[in-house]
Amino acid sequence: MSVPEFDVDESRWSVVDEAPLPQRRPAVAAALRALLPADCVLSADEELRPYECDGLSVFRQQPMLVVLPRTEAELRAVLRECSRLQVPVVARGAGTGLSGGAMPHAAGVLLSLARFNRILQIDPVARIARVQPGVRNLAVSEAAAAYGLFYAPDPSSQIACSIGGNVAENSGGVHCLKYGLTLHNVLGLRGCTIDGEPIELGGGALDTPGLDLLALSIGSEGLLLIVTEVLLRLLPRPELAQVVMASFDDVGKAGEAVAAIIAAGIIPSGLEMMDRKATAAVEPFVKAGYDLGAAAILLAESDGTPEEVAEEVAAIERVLRAHGATAMAVSGSEAERLRFWSGRKNAFPAAGRISPDYYCMDGTIPRNRLGHMLKAIEQMEHKYGLKCMNVFHAGDGNLHPLILFDANAVGEWERADRFGADILELCVQLGGTITGEHGVGVEKLNSMCVQFSPAERAAFFAVKRAFDPPGLLNPGKAIPTLARCAEYGRMHVRHGQLPHSDLPRF
Amino acid sequence: MDSMDVALQQLRHRVMDADAAGAALRLRGAGTKDFYGEHCEGELLDLRGYHGVVDYEPSELVITARCGTALSELESLLLQHQQFLAFEPPAFGGNPTIGGVIAAGLSGPRRAQAGAARDFVLGAVLLAAQGELLHFGGKVIKNVAGFDLARLLCGSLGILGAITEVSLKVMPLPRTEQTLCLEIAAPEALALFNRWGGEPLPISASAWNAGQAWVRLSGAPAAVRAARARLGGELLDDVAAVALWRSLRDQTHAFFRQAGTLWRLSVPSAAAPLATGAAQLIEWGGALRWCAGDLPAAQMRTLARDAGGSALHWRGGSSGHRFDVLSPAVLAIHRRLKSRFDPHGIFNPGRLIAGL
Repeated sequence: MSVPEFDVDESRWSVVDEAPLPQRRPAVAAALRALLPADCVLSADEELRPYECDGLSVFRQQPMLVVLPRTEAELRAVLRECSRLQVPVVARGAGTGLSGGAMPHAAGVLLSLARFNRILQIDPVARIARVQPGVRNLAVSEAAAAYGLFYAPDPSSQIACSIGGNVAENSGGVHCLKYGLTLHNVLGLRGCTIDGEPIELGGGALDTPGLDLLALSIGSEGLLLIVTEVLLRLLPRPELAQVVMASFDDVGKAGEAVAAIIAAGIIPSGLEMMDRKATAAVEPFVKAGYDLGAAAILLAESDGTPEEVAEEVAAIERVLRAHGATAMAVSGSEAERLRFWSGRKNAFPAAGRISPDYYCMDGTIPRNRLGHMLKAIEQMEHKYGLKCMNVFHAGDGNLHPLILFDANAVGEWERADRFGADILELCVQLGGTITGEHGVGVEKLNSMCVQFSPAERAAFFAVKRAFDPPGLLNPGKAIPTLARCAEYGRMHVRHGQLPHSDLPRF
Repeated sequence: MDSMDVALQQLRHRVMDADAAGAALRLRGAGTKDFYGEHCEGELLDLRGYHGVVDYEPSELVITARCGTALSELESLLLQHQQFLAFEPPAFGGNPTIGGVIAAGLSGPRRAQAGAARDFVLGAVLLAAQGELLHFGGKVIKNVAGFDLARLLCGSLGILGAITEVSLKVMPLPRTEQTLCLEIAAPEALALFNRWGGEPLPISASAWNAGQAWVRLSGAPAAVRAARARLGGELLDDVAAVALWRSLRDQTHAFFRQAGTLWRLSVPSAAAPLATGAAQLIEWGGALRWCAGDLPAAQMRTLARDAGGSALHWRGGSSGHRFDVLSPAVLAIHRRLKSRFDPHGIFNPGRLIAGL
């Protein structure tokens, strides 16, 4: 395939582990300390250590420096200085990301936005919240609750993860089937480009002139700009929510039931699936009342007015029964609803409880391929000699297989890593994607080579360069270089086929 | 090669030839939005020849179609399966192509509740200046691999290249719909729209013009019934209600047919009533304010900016630029994007931003 002339200067995005040692630390630290109060610049090894990884702890790197500005003026000064000194800048929110997107750069500044932690405004009439990026996701809904409003995206980590991180990753959650992703719930951003200049995208009005740079910035993993303020859309809190919990004796049947609910014209506010390994892991931990004899359970939530919920719950029950549900329960109280969900929301910690380590994948596939994917994962468990428990955002086809392994056992991480890459490649083959909501970060760079052609990756670099001409924001993340993909291709020729073999060649 | 492969290869060669010659192309589907955007000159590249629905699986809530597919064809296919495009793209009394719908990125009455065209774009194929076909996004709802170029293309008015295929999220049709009509002045309508917007009501559209406010309720019969009892007003009969929203969506309503300049002001829904003597039509719960009459551009732009939004010279009246100007930082990014994706400036030069 020919590569278009996007003029890619690859040296800017050289892989992270080839970065030079931080010999410049004293000089850069001195330059930044001249601009910021002393407690805003960390440079001692023991101060830097807490920042060496995010939620994906298998990838670690000590940053050259950590900077914690408190105001936009300080942030702008940091960016101007880093631009002048040509120092890479990696932004970090709460550090809960699962793809290594906030893993530091060895010769770079780790820019913590933890001190940008204020909710600036809640306007119940306009139904908006203006917040700083370090505000926790759940804190927004808590602040809005007094007005009968809430912020819809609810990643499982919502008690800890920050809005800025949600914007960087375009986070979803269990309710995005009905209420959308971060993208659909952010009205505007204020931020700074790498040269320290403020920039505003979107805003309180629904349309803004020009290209939709707001959509482009959401999910851009810190490669395009640093966000300093986020304008969020708040929604009226539904009067009532109820969950139907259904058991199935076969995972394939559960998958078909998911497709049938959607085909019946029902959009539940959440539609989740757990296999037997997942329920067995979480039940002793949370005592949610899951049917441990079931091969899979589905959780389908309906919300709205009491009349609406009654109608929808009855419709969901009809579809599930017709598709072979062996048992069903409907939450009878808010406490019971939360208990049904508690197992799902605690699936990751439960995995950590039954296994020394686990590796969480995040592919998305068309809903009607769920059964196929589950059977394939079962075969991979034998191939790699590792167990995998499955929790899915089934309603939108987003999978979170949790591969269980022991990092201290020789070769297990490598096997888990290959197991994960196999799952992601199958996602692409089934018409899906390698990441639904966790982002590419450093973790899925190789899988990006499978999903995108060289020309498509060159287009991504063109976007990167349009926002960040010197290439200093989170370099080495999210988009693999041509060289890296060539190397990955050599290691890993798949079925003798090129990616996108169906594309016309010219 | 089937006829669509041939059509696609022809488009590619037209683009590569234009790029080699540095000759401008004017991308066009059915031409229903020729009036929209800035003035643009170039050799016509008609995209209607590359058409047809490629993939549609109702249980996946996704439809994939080639750019030249007629909106009417796509919508009637969805209707057979009780589904629809929830952003209600305007047809402006014609039969636009789906490529044009997405390139323009305009949304209809449901926008404030359901989302904009871009919110429903899941994937797009871009025919880039070098003749390459670039696939962005995909056919699944959750997808964060790579920058979101599919959504960037929505509303780009073709300045980065030709959209040849799109995948869109579709929604089940609401089981029931009712429209209420209230006799109230604009300030009261705005206050009501914003108050109701903060309550869990199944409102799917609202509008106001000439002393009448309309509110459309959509969803489960029980929810619509309960809301109707609460909100009051007169119930419109179904035929009149469908005709009303269709006329707002397509701008065939009498308000849009009057002579003179038409301005489209996008402002926060809670912005105060606009202090202008012009005839107004309000949509999107207050977030869209149309002003008709002989209005000075500077006044409209100031009015919109002071309200926290922007003004678009929609149609009629004198020449001059249509969109508000961009801030220098945002404009610089536009320039760099344009120069990297379209280095010889062949795609719809000036259509979105004069000189770009």
